Amino acid sequence: MSSLVVKGLSKYFGGVKAVNNVDFEVQKGELLALIGPNGAGKSTCFNMLNGQLAADAGSIKLFDEEIIGLQPRQVWRKGVGRTFQIAATFTSMSVIENVQMAIISYHKRLLSMLPFAGSLYKEEAYELLELVSMEDQANRPCGMLAYGDVKRLELAIALANDPKILLMDEPAAGMAPNERIALMQLTADIVKDKGISVLFTEHDMDVVFSHANRVMVLNRGEVIALGLPSEIRENEEVQSIYLGTGAVYDEELVGNA
Amino acid sequence: MDFLFIQFLNGLSSASSLFLVASGLSIIFGVTHITNFAHGAFYMLGAYVAYTLTEAWMGAIGFWGGIIVAAGTVALFGALIEIILLRRIYRSPELFQLLATFGITLIIEDLVIQVWGAEDLLGRRAPGLDGAIDIFGQAFPTYELVLIALGPICLCALWLLFNRTRWGVLVRAATQDRMMVSALGVNQAWLFTGVFTLGVFLAALGGAVQIPRDAVHNAMDLQIIVEAFVIVVIGGFGNVLGAFLASFIIAELNSFGILLFPKISMILMFIVMALVLVVRPYGLLGKAETHARTALGNVVRPLAPLTRKAKNWVLAALLVFLILPIFADDFVLNVGSEILIFALFAASLHLMMGVGGMVSFGHAAYFGLGAYGVALLVKFLNMPMEAAIVIAPLLAIAGAIIFGWFCVRLSGVYLAMLTLAFAQISWSIIFQWDDVTGGDNGLLGIWPSEWASNQQAFYYMTLVIVIAALYAIRRIIFSPFGYTLRGCRDSLLRADAIGIDRLRIQWFGFVLAGSFSGLAGVLYAYLKGSVFPDYISIPLSVDGLVMVLLGGIQTVAGPIIGAGVFKALSTIIISHTEFWKIILGAFIVILVVAFPQGIVGFFLERFGSKEEDIAEEKQ
Repeated sequence: MSSLVVKGLSKYFGGVKAVNNVDFEVQKGELLALIGPNGAGKSTCFNMLNGQLAADAGSIKLFDEEIIGLQPRQVWRKGVGRTFQIAATFTSMSVIENVQMAIISYHKRLLSMLPFAGSLYKEEAYELLELVSMEDQANRPCGMLAYGDVKRLELAIALANDPKILLMDEPAAGMAPNERIALMQLTADIVKDKGISVLFTEHDMDVVFSHANRVMVLNRGEVIALGLPSEIRENEEVQSIYLGTGAVYDEELVGNA
Repeated sequence: MDFLFIQFLNGLSSASSLFLVASGLSIIFGVTHITNFAHGAFYMLGAYVAYTLTEAWMGAIGFWGGIIVAAGTVALFGALIEIILLRRIYRSPELFQLLATFGITLIIEDLVIQVWGAEDLLGRRAPGLDGAIDIFGQAFPTYELVLIALGPICLCALWLLFNRTRWGVLVRAATQDRMMVSALGVNQAWLFTGVFTLGVFLAALGGAVQIPRDAVHNAMDLQIIVEAFVIVVIGGFGNVLGAFLASFIIAELNSFGILLFPKISMILMFIVMALVLVVRPYGLLGKAETHARTALGNVVRPLAPLTRKAKNWVLAALLVFLILPIFADDFVLNVGSEILIFALFAASLHLMMGVGGMVSFGHAAYFGLGAYGVALLVKFLNMPMEAAIVIAPLLAIAGAIIFGWFCVRLSGVYLAMLTLAFAQISWSIIFQWDDVTGGDNGLLGIWPSEWASNQQAFYYMTLVIVIAALYAIRRIIFSPFGYTLRGCRDSLLRADAIGIDRLRIQWFGFVLAGSFSGLAGVLYAYLKGSVFPDYISIPLSVDGLVMVLLGGIQTVAGPIIGAGVFKALSTIIISHTEFWKIILGAFIVILVVAFPQGIVGFFLERFGSKEEDIAEEKQ
């Protein structure tokens, strides 16, 4: 069964078709990777999915419910979590408070003024931090974290509202190679454990081909391939546009340069 | 028709001077990101120096030479200030820079009075241009025609400078991305100095060419700085052409507004600014800011609950306030009540700008509305104090609900300017609605109830109310709502991504801050027994900013202590010397340079580190 069904999604910037008539589905419990060269429309696509950018056309259905046209915060309330390419956290709060904020919001207690926020849902937040192995740093100021740790924190925050689907924009960007593998392994385990789906973009093909269940390739705003990692790896069009063939001295390429 | 045309020409000639000042302000802001409050003071200084020089030098060459030399001299003075002072604070948050330039303004204001005296000075007419020409049968001063030409000439000169010289291209590049410019090997320090000097030169020139038109006086700085800010906001920060357009709009608005809407002529420009900002949040020609700024209060150190030692200090301070009436006379108790009231005022402003990240240049609006709320209830309904204290803040809340709805749709300096606009609109309504508000004379005879009418009883009442309100503010800051408000300040992106309705939260925070400010105003009205339009004026809003920054924005206690120190100091300074502006200005400048963390932040840094380590270990 599909948790997310996208049909005819389009976004134009002036004459540029940044995303053009894109169709795809995210199956329940799968990790779907979205890859493509720079400027292919990956981030535009992502920003439309969580409502940050208004789509020009198309439909996005989350479990048969249309979510296009909703604000990011409304999309989140429907159960779509999101992490950012450039991590966004509340820097003046501690690690655990960042997670607590998300849980407080989930329970719709943002306007409450009587309790101390620092003592609300502390256990739940701590459990989420344990899930991403951040419990040791629970009380550190968020602004002092190493980059990889901020990414893990973002994952914990994204899990706070029991999401049905996670959107992860380059979750492993800027991390060391072993950290990347560890983060994606962690994500894969959580996904399996909680039965949620993940859509992620990534430039590191090791990460993509070792963790994605399926891979979708975008180029110039259009889907040019969608399939199993092994199929995508062998797809000639994808090779020529993005992956490369492995042949370093390709005559044509040298000629064009 | 002829009359309208003359009025139109009058507008054009004022536009030139406005444009000179506003373009200088805009250029400085665009490159150095300094919101130069002292720009009006440089304008005033330009006029004074030009007055002296044109009095001393004869003939046309003497006149125009005097004007140019005056602008040049003031520009050099500006360069000196940039090199000595501003270079030290480019890394500080924007508001500290604003505060430093405000300190400079205070110093210049007092110096001007010492050197040139407090009387208005009438400048010489320009030789050869002191006549009038006949336009449609109306006499129009020749000099005004020169001024009309000056604006476009300066615009062209600036355009050539920025588009046809290497230096100008660097300045434009720095306006877009100063990191990149310095990465390309450009000496930023001298580029900044150059830009600041140019900006000051334009301001001083704008002031100098005014002397044949208007008397030179020592309040012209505040008048022009507000107009210049409005123009820069309408035109878009850092945009010279925008400043030109906006100068034209504002000058014509002033020129015709006085004919069409004499009652509200003073606030027309604020209404126009508010409208422009609602439609175009970055001004007519401005663009969204692409670079991240050092956000105020956006710090690594999270707000922490009090440590045991800090709790003891709070209890000790409370005790001192409790037993104060035993050994203090009525005067001290009066000052004590005033300090308490301003502690609440500062804390409410801190809730908004420190926790909420929404800087207000017009927080006095809600203070004043609260005070007038009481005055009107007493005057028209003869309401007793107990009821009025509860009901009067509603006027402030109503104001905050309406103004806040617009303000939270903007951010940064634009938001701050809109708060200023609303404060000025409120001030103007109160100032001009004589029948209801008493206008300039204020409303008198607002006395507390019998039981609270002696100084001691009133002091205790104030103490109880203020402490309760401060405690409430503190609880709010540490409640889920306070955290959410702070979250919106830290990262809008993240707030949006975890389901936070930013506009609603900030609006609510705005209204809360306004209502506490209103409560402070209510108490103030009873303390003074009267209300005046001053309670809602720009200086009071600025006092609030100084208190908050003085104490330090990163702690809850900071603004409260800042208010106490500021009020105590100004009371002492005013009663002992006539140079209080110079002393206060120098004090502010030293504070900004030496204690950018504020008083409380400074002490925490010096003496609080051990405490925190222990607290961290315990966790």
